[in-house]
Amino acid sequence: MSADRSADPDAKDTEAADAEATEVGAKEAGEAAVARDHDDRAPLPDTALSFGDAPLLSAADVAVSFGDLDVVSGVDLRVEPGSLVGLVGPNGAGKTTVLRAVTGAVEPDAGSVEIGGDPASSLSAKAVGRRVASVPQATNLAFDFRVRHVVEMGRTPHLGRFDAHGVEDDEAVDAAMAAADVERFADRSITAVSGGERQRVLLARALAQAAPLLLLDEPTASLDVNHAVETLELVREFVEDGDRGAIAAIHDLDAAARYCDEVVVLANGGVQAAGPPESVLSASTVGAAFDAEAFVGRDSATGTPAVTAFPHSDVESRRVHVIGSGRPAARVVARLAAAGHEPSVGVVPAGDAAAGATADAGATAVTAPPFEEPSPETLAAARGLAADADATLAVGTAEGDLANTDGHTNGDGHVTADGPVTADGPNAEVAAAADRVVPVAPDVSGPELLDAVATATADGE
Amino acid sequence: MRPWVRSAAWSAAIAALLAVVVVGSAAIGPVRIPPETVLKSVLNALAVPAGIETSAGGVGPLPIPGVGPLTLPGVDLAFASPFAFPVDSVHQQIVVGVRLPRILLAALVGFALAAAGTVMQGFFRNPMADPSIIGVSSGAAVGAVAFIVFPVALSTTVALPLVGSVEVSLSRGAGTSLFAFVGALVAAFGVYAIATRNGRTPVATLLLAGVAVQTFLGAVVSYLQLQAGESLRQIVAWLMGHLSGAAWSEVAVTAAVVPPLFLLLLAYARDLNVLLLGEEEARGLGIAVERTKRVLLAASALVTAAGVAFAGVIGFVGLIVPHMLRLVVGPDHRVLLPSAALAGGTFLVAADTVARSAAAEYPVGVITAAVGAPFFVYLLVTREVTEL
Repeated sequence: MSADRSADPDAKDTEAADAEATEVGAKEAGEAAVARDHDDRAPLPDTALSFGDAPLLSAADVAVSFGDLDVVSGVDLRVEPGSLVGLVGPNGAGKTTVLRAVTGAVEPDAGSVEIGGDPASSLSAKAVGRRVASVPQATNLAFDFRVRHVVEMGRTPHLGRFDAHGVEDDEAVDAAMAAADVERFADRSITAVSGGERQRVLLARALAQAAPLLLLDEPTASLDVNHAVETLELVREFVEDGDRGAIAAIHDLDAAARYCDEVVVLANGGVQAAGPPESVLSASTVGAAFDAEAFVGRDSATGTPAVTAFPHSDVESRRVHVIGSGRPAARVVARLAAAGHEPSVGVVPAGDAAAGATADAGATAVTAPPFEEPSPETLAAARGLAADADATLAVGTAEGDLANTDGHTNGDGHVTADGPVTADGPNAEVAAAADRVVPVAPDVSGPELLDAVATATADGE
Repeated sequence: MRPWVRSAAWSAAIAALLAVVVVGSAAIGPVRIPPETVLKSVLNALAVPAGIETSAGGVGPLPIPGVGPLTLPGVDLAFASPFAFPVDSVHQQIVVGVRLPRILLAALVGFALAAAGTVMQGFFRNPMADPSIIGVSSGAAVGAVAFIVFPVALSTTVALPLVGSVEVSLSRGAGTSLFAFVGALVAAFGVYAIATRNGRTPVATLLLAGVAVQTFLGAVVSYLQLQAGESLRQIVAWLMGHLSGAAWSEVAVTAAVVPPLFLLLLAYARDLNVLLLGEEEARGLGIAVERTKRVLLAASALVTAAGVAFAGVIGFVGLIVPHMLRLVVGPDHRVLLPSAALAGGTFLVAADTVARSAAAEYPVGVITAAVGAPFFVYLLVTREVTEL
């Protein structure tokens, strides 16, 4: 234990317990329900090395190529103590390659990599092993070592050729195995554990390595929801110690948004964007990097950015006004925004899901206080949006938005008519302001929705 | 249990078994000698340094033919035998002069081959790897066969700087061994050089380069056999592996080469474990991968070369004994390497005892394969082996 960590063990434990309290539900699934008493959670293995304020990792203008194939170039990365950096990007963008360049497994063609303030090329393999611990995507250990032995291998950089494992090494191994939740199968052969268990063994090995910088390559790729969250919580606990940091290649953008302090988007051979997840994970950045249509909303449970990708639609951008509220309207707005249309919504109650989605899309929502008649100004604003729009969609949803459709509703209230819609309530006035209102079923599919917009705007011309 | 404690326990157990097999083997032969007589003979032959005599050129007791006395410039190291059991001098001569050098050479060669095989299987992460995988055995075969076919330079004068000209003479056996040893090292280095580019030696390339070189050297050996004429029989005997006619000098040379290199390999046992994870992970865990690979390759090539130089190509020991021991003691090289090496020595002594006890003496390589393969099959079917 370092001095500063042993100084406030209680704070650490409380933190862990708090983090745990929010996940009680998730923990009940299957065999994972084996109780881990988190008040007694073993502290993470102590990291003897500290580089003070120097960045744990600082890579500048790194370029890597395999033969004639340029994988990445001009990559700048920085991992400060106390931060978790997420490396996101499409398959083949070079996330793993960048991580390999950091460990020296591939030699960069250009650029510099500094670990703890020293050029990586000037450090011996052992010195790098003490500074950086890697969690690979998978290991191909074919011989049947026991799990505990594999975790013990993490101590290799701390041992001289003729050193036997000491008490300190045993403590680090025990703590790492407890933290990664692999104690249950410590005596099983590594060839006899599942893929997800194996991934946690690799995490335990990296923790036992007790290096201040943790490199994770898709650490949650084959983990169940519980262990995926546990793993990322563990990494957060690791970096929040202050002197340590981590960089993780993560394919799950929502997880990256939720856990990372900084996100680096790697695509098309270089860094597309870098910064806090809130600013980096925008629809345009994600859409460009992944070559997809994306909508970035909010995860309803965590409030962090939640990315949804859609297939390409290649539609012409239109101004589309949406009449409707609740999740169905929110869904329509998200799909329209992702496809490149400019949506607007109104009138909806303030705090409505549709208003939230419109705000996430950076578009205009006309809102009125819930349970009140909208003011004449509000109605005028909504009528203006509808009048200016290339098309107005009426999402058949809760009563009050679209009640009567001239006898064209079916039994469950869905709008089936293809003629102009008249509705009761304030939105009838909004609909009346539009040139043409297209009814849309609340469970409309993405392609149908986009077709409806295309048809409506084509008719209008 | 601590790995090194387990290692010591297993090593002690297998070493005890080796001792029993050695004594038993020395008792078996055309002349049956009771085991206690064997022990007494061995103890009688033991010599310990008893003091330093300053008289130059003294002839001390001749405890071990071919080794003693050690003559130092100006001083002689005198040996004395602490034991003097009454033993029939014929029995003493059979045990110490005839059987023991052969048995000890078998033990050392088996030890060397099994150790090198263990290291190669771990190094290549390939269960089919054996000591000859980097061309050592085929190189040795070319060297030995070439010398048998063209016995050049049995005696020559070499001009050395400082020392002046020295008369070097080789007996036929010593020449074969020397050429085999050199051939083994040249082949191994050639394979390494072919597979190395920009200071990196990918294991897969090394494996394929080894296969290519072995194939080529196999062709050379076949060609030399066609040219052999009278000496074909001798060639076949060498190629099948043999331990007959072993001399104390051969034991001494092998004993000087193999144990130190084995200790070097043992010092790298933990690195070898980590290398099993793959080179990239090993590097991440602080192993200087390329340097470690060079050390492991060079040491196992030398160990194997020392083994095959005197005994010829003895197959099977280096391939199967490590597998057998992996099934028994597990894959940790700190335990596996010494256990497999000692077991290899035990196995080869036992196999050679069978080889020389038959009506007509068989090449020991035939026995190792004929006895070892069924035993290995037995292990395979009685223990569930899902992965190697």
